[in-house]
Formats: sequence, C-alpha cells, structure tokens
Amino acid sequence: MLASLVSISLGAILVNNFIFSQFLGLCPFLGVSNKMSTATGMSVAVIFVMTMASAICWIINEYLLIPLDLEFMQTVAYILVIAVLVQFVEMFLKKAIPSLYSAMGIFLPLITTNCAVLGVVLLNTQNYYNFLESVVYGFTGGLGFTLAIVLFSSVRERLEFADYPKAFEGFAICLVAAALFALAFLGFSGMKIL
Amino acid sequence: MNAKQQLKEGVITNNPVLVQQIGLCATMAISTSLFNGLGMGLSVLIILTCCNVVISLIRKIIPEQVRLAIFVVVIAGFVTIVDLLLQAFVPALSESLGVFIPLIVVNCIIIGRAEAFSSKQSVGASFRDGVFQGLGYTVVLVCMCLIRELLGSGTIGGGLFNGANSFLTLDGTGAGFQIFPDTYAAGAMILPVGGFLTLGFLMALLQYILRKSAEKKARKEKEGEE
Repeated sequence: MLASLVSISLGAILVNNFIFSQFLGLCPFLGVSNKMSTATGMSVAVIFVMTMASAICWIINEYLLIPLDLEFMQTVAYILVIAVLVQFVEMFLKKAIPSLYSAMGIFLPLITTNCAVLGVVLLNTQNYYNFLESVVYGFTGGLGFTLAIVLFSSVRERLEFADYPKAFEGFAICLVAAALFALAFLGFSGMKIL
Repeated sequence: MNAKQQLKEGVITNNPVLVQQIGLCATMAISTSLFNGLGMGLSVLIILTCCNVVISLIRKIIPEQVRLAIFVVVIAGFVTIVDLLLQAFVPALSESLGVFIPLIVVNCIIIGRAEAFSSKQSVGASFRDGVFQGLGYTVVLVCMCLIRELLGSGTIGGGLFNGANSFLTLDGTGAGFQIFPDTYAAGAMILPVGGFLTLGFLMALLQYILRKSAEKKARKEKEGEE
C-alpha cells in the first residue's frame, strides 16, 4: 500500500510531471509564470483544488455514476464538480481568509479551465485508483505543477534580459526554454520505481 | 465580416494556436503522428462548430452571470458525443488520444471563441468562425505532426498510410512512408522535448512572416505617399 503511494507520488512529481511530460496545464504555466510571486499564488490554489477535486470526483463516480450506470456522463459531471468547487473555494476564502483571497483572487476562476485539474480526475478514473491513491495523486500532481512553474518562473525572469532573435519574442522563446526543461525532466524517466 | 476575411483570420493572422496562443496542451501532446493530428484537429473542428452554433442560438437568453457555466455544459455535451462516437467507430484513435478527447472540454480555444465571438455574433458568422478557427487549429496540428514525425522517426503519415502498398488505414497500424531509415532519426522529437521545440519554432516563424509582411505594407504605403 505504502509502496504504491510512494510510487504514485514520485511518478506525479518527477517522472510523469504534469507539465513537462504529460502536457497538462500549459496555459496557466505559460500565462502566470512571468513572476515568481504570481507563480506561487497560482500553484497553491492549484494544489488545493486538485486534491479536493480528486476526492470529491472519486466519491461521485463510485457512489453515484457507477451504481446508476451513468459512466458516460463522467466528463460532464467532473467539469461541473470542478466549476462548483472553484466557486465554493472562492466564496469561502473571501469570507474566511480575506488576505489569502486577495493574494490569489484572480487565479481562482482560471483554475476551472486548467486542464491539469480535469486531467488528474480523468486519470484517476482511468487508472482505477482507490480513494487514498486518488487524493495522493491529486496532491502530488499539484506539487509537480508547483515545482515546474516555480522553477520556470525564475528562468523567465532571466529571459527578459537575454539576447535572442526578434522573431522569438513572447511565448516562442519561453517554449524553447521549456523544451530544455523537458529535456532535463526526461532524465527522470530512467528511474524505475518498483 | 465576410467569409474570406474570417478564413484568413482563422488560419493565419488570428490563428488559435500560433497567434492567440491558446489550446497548447493538446497541440503538443498528441502531435506525434499524422493519424493523431488529423483526428484531433477534426474532432476539435466539429465540436467548435457545433458549440459556436448552439451558443450563438441561445446567446440572447443566457444570463450574464452564469454564462461560463452554460458554455462549459454545452461544450461538455458535444465533447461527450464526439468521444462516444470515436470510441464506437474509430477505437484506435480514441485509444491513442486517450485523455485528451475528454480534455477538449477545457480546451481554451472553444471556451475562448464562445466568450469572444459566438456569444455576440449571428449564427451564420459563428458557424463560419467555428469552421475556420477549427481549420487553423488542424493546419497547425498537421504541420507539427509532419515535422515531428519526419525528424523523430523518419516517416510521413504514420498510422494513416500503410507504407508498402500506400493503403489508407483507420486502425492506426499503418507504418507511414519511410523517408529515411529510423536509425538516423532523432527520437527526442517524438518525446515531450520535441513538442515544445517544434511549437516554439513554428510560433517564431509565423511572427517573423507577419512582421515582414507588415513592414512591406508600411513601406508600400510610404512610397505611395511620396
């Protein structure tokens, strides 16, 4: 049991990193990684929503969709859960912890369309993870996202002073830099876990 | 807005991937063979067109506050339809695209066009917008697939053509046309690295072309004044 959890965690953080090897969550990755502070704010919100969404969607799938033979409604049900969850988190934070809300306010609604969140939930279902495994996968997937986005934001701060061809301005040079990151993360794929 | 202008916008000047820079995840993830690329591009084209039409039809009765939720439900409905159709008729494609078919729900292209275009424009214009933006997406996907597949495994049309007798297959088993032996191919181009690199260079190329043509236009106007 513990072994499988460790293997899921290491897989989600390093070997199958959501951004650099599964291409999930690239829009926010490129969109908010231009400053370290915004990158951390976004990551905290993503970790939270991914963990919660994994837990709630697992329960809904297991006790609602499967008994009622409604598995074909998974995509619709999951995206609704995520949208409601994000809205709920936003309302809760606004009332309970206003300082945190104002710190990551604008990133919260964006999470609904973050494909890493829907991705993690769909992968949980596809891999037949049990409840604990789903939650761990959601949480560590979020950690992997954080690792990637925080590392990359520090590279992007340097990119502003770099001298590159004019045609590469904007996202193009970021993608080339991200390619080098992906190459580095490729090194982890040699790691064989259990 | 006429159709010709919309076509030019969708494919070149306002291309969803290369210029608006949205919907990048799936673009990089699945562009490893022509089979995947065409399948994904056409799926998005169909879903985008249907969603655009439906959202344009109901645009006057959608309350402003809950419009995003309604868009998402409409999109999720069409994605589920396409997902089930693919599973039934082209199972090989459904298998190789995997989680990226249901993920079209959160593809920013569709929700972006709903928000920016079809919730404000007439049904006809939204229909054309869906087709042309979808076409722009498909063109980029096919370019990415051709480049990555050629450099990464030395073939063209993998999964779609059966090299030797150039037969069209739909079960994803075709090996494609071998252009050069795969021992000389750079396997990294098929890996995630290749996705980032190829898209970065394509984006740079389009920016270069657009800037050159803008400069040329400016020079012509200047000459015209003198």
